[in-house]
Amino acid sequence: MSFYKITMERVIVSMQDPDMGMKMRNQRLLITVIPHAMTGRDIVDWLIQKYTITEEEALHIGNFLVKYGYIYPLKEPRNLCLKQDETPYRFQTPYYWTSTRWPASELDYAIYLAKKNIRKQGELIEYEKECYNALHKRINHTWDFVVMQAREQLRASKQRRKADRIVLECQEQAYWLINRPPPGVMDILEQGPDRRNVANTRVQLVSGQMLAIFVKYCEQYQDHDPIMQGCLPSNPWITDDIMYWNMNSETVTMPTKLRVERWSFSFMELLNDPLGRKELLTYLEKEFSAENLCFWQACEEVRHGEASKIAAKVDEVYKQFLAPGASRWVNIDSKTMEKTLEGIKHPHRFVLDDAQMHIYFLMKKDSYPRYLKSELYKNLLAKAIVPQETKKSVFPFMRRQRHSSPSPALVTQTAEDNGKAKPSAAKANAGTASQI
Amino acid sequence: MCDQTFVAITFGPCDSCSQNKPLMNIYLQNEPVNYCSLCVELMACQGLAKGETVSTLRAESENLKAKLEEERAKLHDVELHQVAEKVETLGQFVIKTRRTLKGHGNKVLCMDWCRDKRRMVSSSQVIMRSAAVCVLQEHAVTMPCTWVMACAYAPSGCVIACGGLDNKCSVYPLSLDKNENLAAKKKSVAMHTNYLSACSFTNSDMQLLTSSGDGTCALWDVESGQLLQSFHGHSADVLSLDLAPSETGNTFVSGGCDKKANVWDMRSGQNIQSFETHESDINSCRLYDLRADREVAIYSKESIIFGASSVDFSLSGRLLFAGYNDYNINVWDVLKGTRVAILFGHENRVSTVRVSPDGTAFCSGSWDNTLDFNPV
Repeated sequence: MSFYKITMERVIVSMQDPDMGMKMRNQRLLITVIPHAMTGRDIVDWLIQKYTITEEEALHIGNFLVKYGYIYPLKEPRNLCLKQDETPYRFQTPYYWTSTRWPASELDYAIYLAKKNIRKQGELIEYEKECYNALHKRINHTWDFVVMQAREQLRASKQRRKADRIVLECQEQAYWLINRPPPGVMDILEQGPDRRNVANTRVQLVSGQMLAIFVKYCEQYQDHDPIMQGCLPSNPWITDDIMYWNMNSETVTMPTKLRVERWSFSFMELLNDPLGRKELLTYLEKEFSAENLCFWQACEEVRHGEASKIAAKVDEVYKQFLAPGASRWVNIDSKTMEKTLEGIKHPHRFVLDDAQMHIYFLMKKDSYPRYLKSELYKNLLAKAIVPQETKKSVFPFMRRQRHSSPSPALVTQTAEDNGKAKPSAAKANAGTASQI
Repeated sequence: MCDQTFVAITFGPCDSCSQNKPLMNIYLQNEPVNYCSLCVELMACQGLAKGETVSTLRAESENLKAKLEEERAKLHDVELHQVAEKVETLGQFVIKTRRTLKGHGNKVLCMDWCRDKRRMVSSSQVIMRSAAVCVLQEHAVTMPCTWVMACAYAPSGCVIACGGLDNKCSVYPLSLDKNENLAAKKKSVAMHTNYLSACSFTNSDMQLLTSSGDGTCALWDVESGQLLQSFHGHSADVLSLDLAPSETGNTFVSGGCDKKANVWDMRSGQNIQSFETHESDINSCRLYDLRADREVAIYSKESIIFGASSVDFSLSGRLLFAGYNDYNINVWDVLKGTRVAILFGHENRVSTVRVSPDGTAFCSGSWDNTLDFNPV
């Protein structure tokens, strides 16, 4: 069962609370007086007051209460929405709640339509007539029962007071408007494919000491969060100006200051940025330890590459980095080296993990901190760009044309083509389009 | 195959009591045997030592649990918002929808950003690749099944993966020619025994992680379609997954209908950690700390009646965007636990919310057939 029903019913129950609930009054409907009704305005006001929310949110919630059938309108029953005025509404009886009677049965619907048909010939509207005929065909074997039930229910209802009868008819009608919506109206009860749910009742509500680390992370990255602080020169989604993306692309010659600063947050940040990785490689080359980064990268390719190429790649790695006298021999402790060499005899995706980890932490603990203190990094940081802010254009006719950027697929294709000098470059460019 | 829902039942003489009954195939000390259910029960109880009964063991287990909670409480715990007291409060945000994609004629079920930060793939019954910035639909592929609940962009930007009620995850290479029939190049990679709920590429185009309504997650080699690892542990449908941005790059988390969020080691297939929530508080978003191994914050409000279908963090982790079944998106201040904005843009439930890779915008897809893009 969907749990939103539990929560909605909680709201409904508190609305009907004798002390803190809604003030209800009698409502005149044509010549009859209906008791326990309330106005749309009262509903919205009560929700605002009870949950300390805005009018917009209260109206939104109120609309759901009507759409799911917990409250129904008295005057225009087919118009299932909450109007924030004197329009009268009433609480639906729990008998007809979607949680108690769902899914609605075909038999019940047939009886309902039969009642309508008998009570007043021609009262069924178009789609109801179609449903009625379809049901007549489908459950024809029960039709005597359907008609008999319909007659019995009509007879019983005639013995009620007029006000009660009208109320019951309204309740029943509201129920069916939701469970059998007319064509064109959204089916509010649609849930999507069935899911298997399992209930668990263990409570685990204890907090920890690591929270300070998370708070620090948020603070550190706050300036880098475009949604929080904006971004310079401007957010492309707002101004249609893609300078921000151009200035931060992978192949830029001079990066922005924020980007270079971010490399100092963690070793992972430096490695994840292709430009950062390139800078690190340059630094390591000066220190004659570039093979570490290359080894790490080669291991990544083994781990994330095609299964069929693993053996070949591992062999390459061995020849280049691990074999005695290899051109780019990496310095791993003897125990790890022994284990890795043994493992290479039966290569699999994770065979280089231990060695890779060793080198990773070596770089992290040693090379990385030194890089951050190096002249190379400091110079780059000093020269890095701080973009000027460009404000959003006030005049609509100055709005920029929106262009589609080159597709990543185009980039790789062009790289392949460059080696073959194809004349189809112009055709490839037609794949990108501009849109005003 | 990722199948844990079949229980092979044969009928015949029980190996223990020799009576003709429905048999369960079990393993005793690595030997397969066929016992009837009564004999299985009796055998399970034989594990009890002298003087023990099921009830005494249960009592001992409860005792140990209580001791564990006691020890945890001794660690002088505080709540997240208390630690975050000194952090500046956020003002109310004004978030506007900047672009709307209306090409889907059906409920939008899922979307994923390309690493180029401006393209995305979205799925309904049709998979659409769009350049979101200029609202340009570039490709559309009609799928044979009506509910395509998962779609993902590969890191290279050259390939997309998707699946749903067809129980499969298929991979499509993207081409530049708009008229080319992408469906012809489709390649089936993953096979589950129930619907596919989520898929994601790992750090490369070559490996695909999937989760399914059959209660399992699986890791596949894209090129060969081979199953590399399967992850069993959920007792109901698994609905979503996300990879961890860790240094060793080996873990991911999955969320299921059994109200558990499980953390897995991709290499061994083991379930490393598990987080459960209480049944009555389903309409809330919760934050769990992996190192502290506990829940640290709840984001909920009495006025929120419906559950959240999809969440994503802003780049700094300070903001949490959550799409709900009441058609709204609520934006939470993760540290303070308060709500900073509501967005009323959709006309049906929000099915997916994702922040762009550089954090400049977030996209929401909805059952009202549209996708909205919102920066501040």
